[in-house]
Order: sequence, then C-alpha cells, then structure tokens
Amino acid sequence: MGLFEMTKTVLQNLVRGPATRRYPAVPARTTPITRGHVVFDPATCRSCALCSKRCPCVAIHLDKEAKVWEINRMRCIACGDCVESCPFGSLAMEQDYLPPTEEHVVDSYTITYVKPERPAKKPAEEGVDA
Amino acid sequence: MPGRIVVPFGPQHPVLPEPIHIDLVLEDELVVDAVPSIGYIHRGLEQLVQKREYPEYVYVAERICGICSFMHALCYCQGIEHIMGIEVPDRSRYLRTIWSEYSRLHSHLLWLGLFADAMGFENLFMRSWQLRESVLDISEDTTGGRIIQSTCKVGGVRRDIGQDKLDEIHRGLDSFEEDCRDLGKVFLNDETVKYRLKGLGVLSKDEAYTLGSAGPTLRGSGVASDHRETGYAAYGELGYKAVVETAGDCYARCAVRVRELYSSIDIIRRAIEGMPEGPIDVKVKGAPDGEYFSRVEQPRGEVVHYLLGNGTKHLARARIRTPTFANIPALVKMLPGAQLADVPIVVLSIDPCISCTER
Repeated sequence: MGLFEMTKTVLQNLVRGPATRRYPAVPARTTPITRGHVVFDPATCRSCALCSKRCPCVAIHLDKEAKVWEINRMRCIACGDCVESCPFGSLAMEQDYLPPTEEHVVDSYTITYVKPERPAKKPAEEGVDA
Repeated sequence: MPGRIVVPFGPQHPVLPEPIHIDLVLEDELVVDAVPSIGYIHRGLEQLVQKREYPEYVYVAERICGICSFMHALCYCQGIEHIMGIEVPDRSRYLRTIWSEYSRLHSHLLWLGLFADAMGFENLFMRSWQLRESVLDISEDTTGGRIIQSTCKVGGVRRDIGQDKLDEIHRGLDSFEEDCRDLGKVFLNDETVKYRLKGLGVLSKDEAYTLGSAGPTLRGSGVASDHRETGYAAYGELGYKAVVETAGDCYARCAVRVRELYSSIDIIRRAIEGMPEGPIDVKVKGAPDGEYFSRVEQPRGEVVHYLLGNGTKHLARARIRTPTFANIPALVKMLPGAQLADVPIVVLSIDPCISCTER
C-alpha cells in the first residue's frame, strides 16, 4: 500500500480548512514574552549607560552631557539584554513588531529624569560638624 | 566518448535557500565531477569575538545560523563555562536539553519539507511545515522568540519554564508524535519517494568516515557517531543511542532524520518527567583564561567551537567548524554518477546550511 500513504492526510486536509491565518485581518500570534521591540521611559533613566555598554549590536547610544538616549531600530536585534541589565526599569520589551521601513530610523529621547535634591541637613547635625 | 560540458548549479537555485555554487561537469546528462565554491555570505562573525565582551557574544553566536541557533549558543556557553570552571545548575541543563531538542525537531521538519519540495511532493512539504509551526509556537511560548531563542547564557539559562507549561507541553507531545509518525510513514513507505531516493548519491561507510562527514550524513552510511552519546547538558542522565542506517543513499539519510524526530520527542518527554527543581543560573565573575574545543550535536552534525581566552573580557580567538563545512567533501563524492535532474536532491540530502559554513 505504498502508493496511498498520503491519502489519509489529504482527506483530513479537505475537511479541516486552511492551517494559516489571514494575517492582516487576523492579528499575528504573540505571547506575553514575545520580544517585539524595546520601549524607553525617559522619566526614570539615570544615564548609567549599562544598556549601551551591553548592547551586542551597538544600537543604543547615550549622550550623558546632552541627556539624549538614542536607539537605532535597524540595528536592534531585540535580544532583550538591555532590558535585563537596566537597574532602574527604564527599558521594557513590547510584544508587537515595528512596521517595516526603508530608511534607518533612529529614535531619540531626551531624558527628563531629575535627580531629587538631598534633604537639607538638620541644624543639630551642622552643629556637630562644626 | 561524449563531449563534456560544465553546468553551473547555484548560487541562485530554486532548491537552495542560501547561496552555494557548484560547477557540474556533465557527460550527456550524467554528472562526472563536481567543483564546489563557497564564500558568498561570509560575515566575519569569528572576528567579532574580539570586539564583543564574552557574555554578549552569545547573541552573535546564536545568529551564525537561523536554524540551529540555540545549539550554537549552547556550544559557545559550554566552552566558556569549561574554561572558567563554572558548574551550571541541573535545572538549566535540562532546560537546555529541551530547547536543543525542539530546535532539532523544527530543523528536521523544515528539512523534510524542503526535501519533499525538491522531489516535487508539494503536499508533503506543506504538511511538514504545518507540523513545524506547532514546534515554533512552543518555542515562542517558552522563550519569546520563534527561532532565535536568546535564552542560553554563560552560567545557565535566562528563562525558566513553569510547571504548568511543562505539563501542557508533555500532554501535547502524544498527539504531536502521532502526527510525526504519520508524516514519517509517507517519507519511509511511499513508493514514489522510495523510487526517487533509493540508490541515489551513495556514500560508503569508509568514505563517510575518511572524508570526515558529520551528523545524519555520517549515520546514514552506518557510522554510529552522535555527540549526544557523550552526555553533555542532560544527555548523560537521560541516555541516548545514535540512530543509524546502513545504506548510505539519500533514502537512508532521510530515514535517519525521520527516526531522529521520534527520538527527540522521546528525549523531551523524559527530560520533562525528570526535570529537577532548583535555580536556573549561577553568577559569573571574572574572565576566561585558557582554551577549549567545545562540541555539540546539531541537527546537521557535530559543531566545534574552539575558544581561546586571554584573561580579558574579550576572547583572543574563536574558530567555528560547522557540520555542513565537514559534509561538503562528502557531497563532492556523492554527486558523480547522478543524473542532472537528481542533483538538487543529492545536494539537499546533506542538509546544507551555508550561513553556518561561511560564518
């Protein structure tokens, strides 16, 4: 019966309908841990530059003086190493993929984190110092 | 004596997803000699090891090849761990084994599909890739990536699989194995497939051994050589016996891969049942100083990562010998004697992965 090995599968396929999704109409399958793209929160970044040091493809650039954080979306491979290394939780991984583009997109953010001022020393302590 | 002509095969050819060029010397329709040339997609990934710190190079190692990516990362990590004397936790070794075997499943199903397509069996090609999709879905559920997992790291793994998910995977394995066996029956028993593959591209046992071929190409010729038998990761506890066929033709190489699907499913099942509790990684400090030949069994055969550390964060040298590179001499030996129309099948039967070969 070597000639009809495929018949069972063929008959099942006739009944089952297509196995693929009609993509733009039906959204792509994602999971809560899908690595889509990196998002940055400028309000919490303290410019430690760990992300740019660890990025294996040199996609992240941080200018500490100008307080500008940049990511080259074309270079980023969405490995998630920066997200893991960020000690302040400023980076996160979103599940959806970015739309295709033709030119190199560099997303630039101005860091808005302000270092909280130290509470003024109490008069008693000043007295001790003196 | 009929006149000889040279027909170029590739670098762009319908059966080849990646570029390799072979000059076929023909007498009428019969191949008498084959001259391969590689080097179309060399990317210099070995050189990058001197520019990236050793924990970050894992991501580069994964991207050497799109199909056996997890095993490249595993081989690199095992090498670094050996140089630095790191003992990884048991649970991470089991998780690495599960992801390795899922990589092997999706690679073999991909290859079976491409092979069926090369034979002109479109329906079988679609069915293979349909099954592969369920493997990729599990990859994405557990690692966050369908093909590039990015879960292996020096000192363990980056992600754990919860007990619920492990149970769910274990339950799904039975129906998946049944589907795989149905698919395997078509490849192994169908008359048209047999007629096309039997006696084609024969490589004898001695030739396979002396030419240094690897993986299913070697085991299809009757040499029982599988690096999983040496017991890296969790294979030592789980036990593994190499799948061997003796005919040495394209059908034997196909049969090895089909039967490896079943053995992979079996390993995953036993790994889930024996999964130990505990941490998934250890903290890594310092830098590698020393050298090591790290070896791992990939879907296509044995990969070797030679790593040389000099005590800094950057390795001094990495040299990667991939299985396809080892199988090209065997391919040159297989081709003479084949008809021109059978060349695509013989070339595919070694499962060529050119990105691996040229790094």
